[in-house]
Amino acid sequence: MLDFYNIDSLLNEDERAVRDSVRRFVDERVLPIIGRCYVEGRFPKELVPEMAELGVFGANLPEEYGCAGLNNVAYGLIMQELERGDSGVRSFASVQGALAMYPIYAFGTDEQKNRLLPAMAKGETIGCFGLTEPDYGSNPSGMITMATEQRDGTWILNGAKMWITNGSTADIAIVWAKTNGDPNDKSIRGFVVPAASRGFTAKDQKGKLSLRASDTSELVFQDVELPADAILAKSGGLKSPLMCLTQARYGISWGAIGAAMACFDEAVEYAKNRIMFDRPIGGFQIQQVRIADMLAEIVKAQLVSLHLGRMKDDGTFTPQQVSLAKRNNVSMATDIAREARRLLGANGILAEYSAMRHMANLESVYTYEGTHDVHSLILGQAVTGLNAFK
Amino acid sequence: MERGPAVKIAVCIKRTPDSESRFKIAASSTAIDETGLKFDIDDFAGYAVEVALQLNEKQGPGETVVLAVGPATVQETLRKAMSMGVDRAVHLQTDANPYDGLAVAKALAAELKGGGFDLILFGKHAFDTSAGIVGTATAELLDIACVTAATKLDIAHGRGTARRDLEGATETVEFSLPAVVTIDEGIARPRYPSLKGIMAAKKKPLESKAAQLGDIRVTVKSMDLPPERPAGRIIGEGSSAVPELIRLLQTEAKVL
Repeated sequence: MLDFYNIDSLLNEDERAVRDSVRRFVDERVLPIIGRCYVEGRFPKELVPEMAELGVFGANLPEEYGCAGLNNVAYGLIMQELERGDSGVRSFASVQGALAMYPIYAFGTDEQKNRLLPAMAKGETIGCFGLTEPDYGSNPSGMITMATEQRDGTWILNGAKMWITNGSTADIAIVWAKTNGDPNDKSIRGFVVPAASRGFTAKDQKGKLSLRASDTSELVFQDVELPADAILAKSGGLKSPLMCLTQARYGISWGAIGAAMACFDEAVEYAKNRIMFDRPIGGFQIQQVRIADMLAEIVKAQLVSLHLGRMKDDGTFTPQQVSLAKRNNVSMATDIAREARRLLGANGILAEYSAMRHMANLESVYTYEGTHDVHSLILGQAVTGLNAFK
Repeated sequence: MERGPAVKIAVCIKRTPDSESRFKIAASSTAIDETGLKFDIDDFAGYAVEVALQLNEKQGPGETVVLAVGPATVQETLRKAMSMGVDRAVHLQTDANPYDGLAVAKALAAELKGGGFDLILFGKHAFDTSAGIVGTATAELLDIACVTAATKLDIAHGRGTARRDLEGATETVEFSLPAVVTIDEGIARPRYPSLKGIMAAKKKPLESKAAQLGDIRVTVKSMDLPPERPAGRIIGEGSSAVPELIRLLQTEAKVL
């Protein structure tokens, strides 16, 4: 996409190289197949080994675990390029890296990290993240999934999780559960649950009209026996899974820019070539306003995420700042996808073009990882000091 | 291909603008305006890097070295080659991008001479000048065999074989090593630099020294864009227009 504000000059050589490599992968490997995958409702699992070879899984985690050890801006650019392909492909990488590998890295023992992270970086072990429950979405502290410690130190897990990306593909699930009958959210701990465990079932959620090129599942745990070392020892309370979500939301703020760029490029190309009333529709003022609005919103979003990434690398960013970026960027991308679809006229409803696929995908992105509305309340509280949740 | 002794391969690369850019001529009228252009390893040089990496992967633990002549900006392109897997890089520094292919070849030959390379690869030509001089001139200066526009390349037992595409046929040539081979498109798809490769490239050696260019004897005097195509003309519709069309093709366009 047109770099109207010379934002490339704010990136270093490595960051540009990483972006260009992932961009080429998406152009050559994702874009030719993704429309068909979407229509068929199929995640392109065949791309996982190539994504692993490229190094996108947990790319901002250290090299000692087989990861690329990139800074957070380079990581964000990866998410941007993947979502330029499809939100489902980016979601896969977000979940694997920020929601499955990150909690193992942040809360796991050295043994867990050494056993699990290299295989996950290689894409040989796929992870998912179970926090949301059928009746507890925006209010995860109400969760009812419970892990009970046995006399020998092993655990019994019971409960259910819903809207789990990669749920039926995953080899391990990072499951968040309250412990030992304590209903307080301070008792929440993370567990590494092998999908092969007895009593573990994953069922694909059917009938999705969004994120169709992504697996979304319901997980059920019925008296699942877990070894003593399944617990993420350093996790404690609801803030642990929320830390993971902060990581993932940061990446989503970048991913949304990618989806918006794809829609912008498609809209501009179409506007320049589609002839109506004997001239390209891009010559009409109404389409030029659309394009100017899209361009301005994308440039603003790029600067928001880039500055957020620099603050993340400096260790100074706050979860509330991440809320602003996720909320703003996903909302702008959702609007741009819809306007691009409209600019494309009747062609805009076809899977051959990307605008409507992105438009439908972004409705999920708008809703997951903290809904747009929840992020509004987080920002409202940050500004006023008044908590609208209670 | 048989697994042979380790080989040492040099690849000489060039940094050129993305061929899909929209080009403008600079105010000097002797160069393109580089504002807003994205530069990368030239396509043909990228194929050459890939071929070198594949040969060394098949042959066992050899060495692949990448070289470029130009201003400091070419270091980014050298690191890109290292991020693909090249072991080290040599930057022969100049103030500007030299146009004279023979001068560039002299600088490269001075560096390559005595380097013990079995094979020295180039792109067939670079997208920006399409001159195709540097590879062949370097071979001449080093007094070693030269094969141009290879679409397949193997080496074994101190000899090389290369395929070349001709109009309607192919030929396979055999040559002694060391040799210069220039690489045509279609020989190999350059790999994506992996993200770990990009990080590893920062730790690989990149040596920078002044280029021994010698006299610059060829320079660009002026550049011009092709004239705009005149607008088309509609002479009629359907079969009734055919006689007039034929008459104009014969008398005006003079193509029949």
